[in-house]
Amino acid sequence: MEDVSAKFVSQKISRTRWRPLPAAALQPPDLFATGSWDNEDNRISIWSAGDLGNAGLNGEYHGEPHLLCDIQHNGDVMDMQFLDQERIVVASSTGTVTVFHHHQNNQTLSADHRWEKAHYHVDQDTACGGAACTGVVCNNPEIVTVGEDGRINLFRADQKDAVRTIDNADSSTLHAVTFLRTTEILTVNSIGQLKIWDLRQQRNEPSQIFSLAGDRVPLHCVDRHPNQQHIVATGGQDGMLSIWDIRQGTMPVSLLNAHEAEMWEVHFHPSDPDHLFTCSEDGSLWHWDTSTNVSEKPSFLHQGGRSTAYLSHSTINQSVVSAWLSSDPTKDRMEITNLIPNQTLSVNSLDVLGPCLVYGTDAEAIYVNRHLFA
Amino acid sequence: MDEPDTEPPLVVVPGADPSARQLCFAWGPAEVLVCETLFGRAGTGDGAPSSSCVFVVRRDQDIYIQTLRKLFNESHGIFMGLQRSEEELAGKSRKAQLVQVSKNYRSVIRACMEDMHQAAVSTQDPALQGQYSTQVSILSAMELIWNLCEILFVESATAGPLLLRLLDWVRLHVCDVDSMVREVLSSESPSKHKLFWNVVDVFVLQGRMDEARHLLSKEASANPTSMNMYKILDDLMKKMPVPSLSNTQTLTELELKWQHWHEECQRYLQDGTFASNPHMESICKILLGDEDAILEKKELMTTWYHFLVTRLLYSHPTVKPLELRFYAQSSMDLFLGGESSPEPLDMILMAAFEFEMHQVIKECSIVLSNWWFVAHLTDLLDHCKLLQSHNLYFGSNMREFLLLEYASGLFSHHSLWQLGVDYFDHCPEYGRVYLELHIERIPLSTEQKALKVLRICEQRQMHEQVRSICKIMAMKALRNNRLGSALSWSIRAKDAAFATLISDRFLKDYSERGCFSDLDLIDNLGPSMLLSDRLTFLGKYREFHRLYGEKRFPEAARLLLTLMTAHIAPCSFWMTLLTDALPLLEQKEVIFSAEQTYELMRCLEDLTAGNPDKQKFQEDDIETTKVEMLRLALARNLARVIVKEGTVEGS
Repeated sequence: MEDVSAKFVSQKISRTRWRPLPAAALQPPDLFATGSWDNEDNRISIWSAGDLGNAGLNGEYHGEPHLLCDIQHNGDVMDMQFLDQERIVVASSTGTVTVFHHHQNNQTLSADHRWEKAHYHVDQDTACGGAACTGVVCNNPEIVTVGEDGRINLFRADQKDAVRTIDNADSSTLHAVTFLRTTEILTVNSIGQLKIWDLRQQRNEPSQIFSLAGDRVPLHCVDRHPNQQHIVATGGQDGMLSIWDIRQGTMPVSLLNAHEAEMWEVHFHPSDPDHLFTCSEDGSLWHWDTSTNVSEKPSFLHQGGRSTAYLSHSTINQSVVSAWLSSDPTKDRMEITNLIPNQTLSVNSLDVLGPCLVYGTDAEAIYVNRHLFA
Repeated sequence: MDEPDTEPPLVVVPGADPSARQLCFAWGPAEVLVCETLFGRAGTGDGAPSSSCVFVVRRDQDIYIQTLRKLFNESHGIFMGLQRSEEELAGKSRKAQLVQVSKNYRSVIRACMEDMHQAAVSTQDPALQGQYSTQVSILSAMELIWNLCEILFVESATAGPLLLRLLDWVRLHVCDVDSMVREVLSSESPSKHKLFWNVVDVFVLQGRMDEARHLLSKEASANPTSMNMYKILDDLMKKMPVPSLSNTQTLTELELKWQHWHEECQRYLQDGTFASNPHMESICKILLGDEDAILEKKELMTTWYHFLVTRLLYSHPTVKPLELRFYAQSSMDLFLGGESSPEPLDMILMAAFEFEMHQVIKECSIVLSNWWFVAHLTDLLDHCKLLQSHNLYFGSNMREFLLLEYASGLFSHHSLWQLGVDYFDHCPEYGRVYLELHIERIPLSTEQKALKVLRICEQRQMHEQVRSICKIMAMKALRNNRLGSALSWSIRAKDAAFATLISDRFLKDYSERGCFSDLDLIDNLGPSMLLSDRLTFLGKYREFHRLYGEKRFPEAARLLLTLMTAHIAPCSFWMTLLTDALPLLEQKEVIFSAEQTYELMRCLEDLTAGNPDKQKFQEDDIETTKVEMLRLALARNLARVIVKEGTVEGS
């Protein structure tokens, strides 16, 4: 039985996101959202990942994701993030940022709030003035967006106007943004720079700039290690994975040759950060695993059941630090697997949560893998 | 050029009125623009104003059907797999691989058909419902043709297995009777149902002997009087020899057995064993391959190709592929009986039975409203090495021609264009040219999309297109006043002229505002600074400002001078540079050496002397003052430096 279930959805998928689980939830994630791009009419859709429990009843349809509801979206979906269990923030190529509300009782979507032309060129009033909003990150209730106009916006979900706007924050296009701490954000741009912005400071300048040496390869995505906040991973146009230690230096700690084309997304596993996932324009999705060298070590805790296995995890995390930051990662036997062998079109987005992986492609298909670590 | 075989179909443009006004048109890659015009009707120029509509007439309409996108995307994956597949695999394994590919294509069609059927059932709108049903029937016809081609061409089944394959084919596609079968089987006592014998006949006609026997046994148990008769028929049906897929029996063996069985049936019919039951008698006649008896069941077969297969089953079970054409033709004639003329589908199937592959593809191209089917089928047949001899009088060969048409259709779609790229890649002769022409016409709405298009071009070393895309993006950024972005795009394209243009904009901004914008970019130019002279100057000039800001005056002074003496700075900018030297000249300590001061003076004189428009300097008060001030400062600096240098040497 294949672990991955696929569904062709007749629209090119630009983003896939699991709905966050309520704290202390034990079951795996079941709902995810997708956004499409490059269609005449683009849509935000909510899918049910398909229930394993119903396998017997549903027969052949078992496991296939099915559509719960969708709503039309103006422009390409450039980025998307769940604000909480019910609300999704969507960045549009028109420069608009929209908060959609997923009503779970009657399975409908509605637009809660919209910041029209949050990103724009030159003159806000001209018809074509909107600039694509390329990235969004949420830390309820705060929402930060970046765009092709080099602007950084800080919104609050409950406030009508932007709380803070940094015009001309970057002279080139900002491609992605993530929170470093609650008051600090990280951005990557198209000239290979990683910048830290402290939102408490009124200065409209980054507090720190890191950059790739040499060819200034554009960076497309960024993610921060969930536990060790100084470890940051970025993916570039040449498919290279860079690991940065923002406590020291201005250059990446390690550069890892990865994909053959643009790396569109990079994600640390939220609860198991010795695993990292990247996807790329070349149609591949890689699983980077630094835990292997540790698991080979003899462990006194192995005889036990699940709970002890969990205990041993914390020891794993200790060595992970060195694994991601070691200058020669090959020494540490990082295990890398390509999860899609024969795909030809771009994998635009991926998301991991618990044992589940969801990804969407330009071949108009979404895939769900429910047993990542099986 | 050959005459077309059929009249070109008439396309009615809804809303346009060719009787009132002429239509003009312009060709596009996969579509035609049509609009009404008054051109050429001088006499009626005062008529009603022409409508302001422009119509887009598309050739490959099916590309725009939402549900079919699944078909295009999924089959794209299969297509790519087929192109990658190992040609070296010899003989049997290669054939098995190709058959598997063909089956994959068919399963995609079937999946799509199911989706479409679901949509038709669930929709409320009758117009939409009709549309979906039409699509379902088109898809099912496509699958029918493909399946037959798979049996005859891809698998090229030999005598014996050929009949089994054809039987499967008929069972799979003649589903009109399925509901009747279900109704009878689910009734309380099937043997009492009024359609009971019809169902038995259906089973017999399709060669589903076990099911027919099962039904008959029910009837037999209800009729103990004619038990014997049933037993005999059951025995006949059980004993019927069928070709096997394995090689355990030779064809001659089979023929012998079959002959024997045939004679046995004949005997029972002649001695009137079944005379008391017309149903059973007719079944026996069918078993004997009696054409009239089979034709009587026309309604149950619904199509002539079902008739053909039934006829073959009961009279020529070891038919050879090349004999098919005779039976096919006569079966069609018999079945239609001159009442109706064959439809396009019939003609296509007939061509397939006649092994006229090209005819099949040609007819399909004419009848179907999409290129998907013929393009993929032709490609598959080409991989089976069946189409090599055929060359067209235009283009390269048929496979490539059809793939080009299909891919062009994909490119005219706002979203499916990405699929088209791979198809063009596998057209060795014209694919590249087509791709070059199409890719330039993709609207670049966002940078991300531009990056995707750019990646496609870069992977294929399409330098011209790379440059053009970068230029478009740089121009867009420039129009939006995003100088930084514009510069990165032109650096990516290695477009020196454009980089110069943007550098000039930066310098102009600087001379107007007195400060640089986009410092983060200019400070990080790195090796790309060497792209154009002006860009080098921009970078170096910024470096001068940084040195000055950091109070590293001697280094700053040296750099400033080099900018002029090495002719890196454009002449128009020398005045600004000299003015920048002023504060350095006025510093407390001496910065410029005597030699450097002489150089500066020469630069100033070159500038004032070299300027053909000397009047300007005299008239422009500010300029004159500037020059005077510079001369004064230079002279004072020279005086100080002579003293200083003299003292140092003296001491």
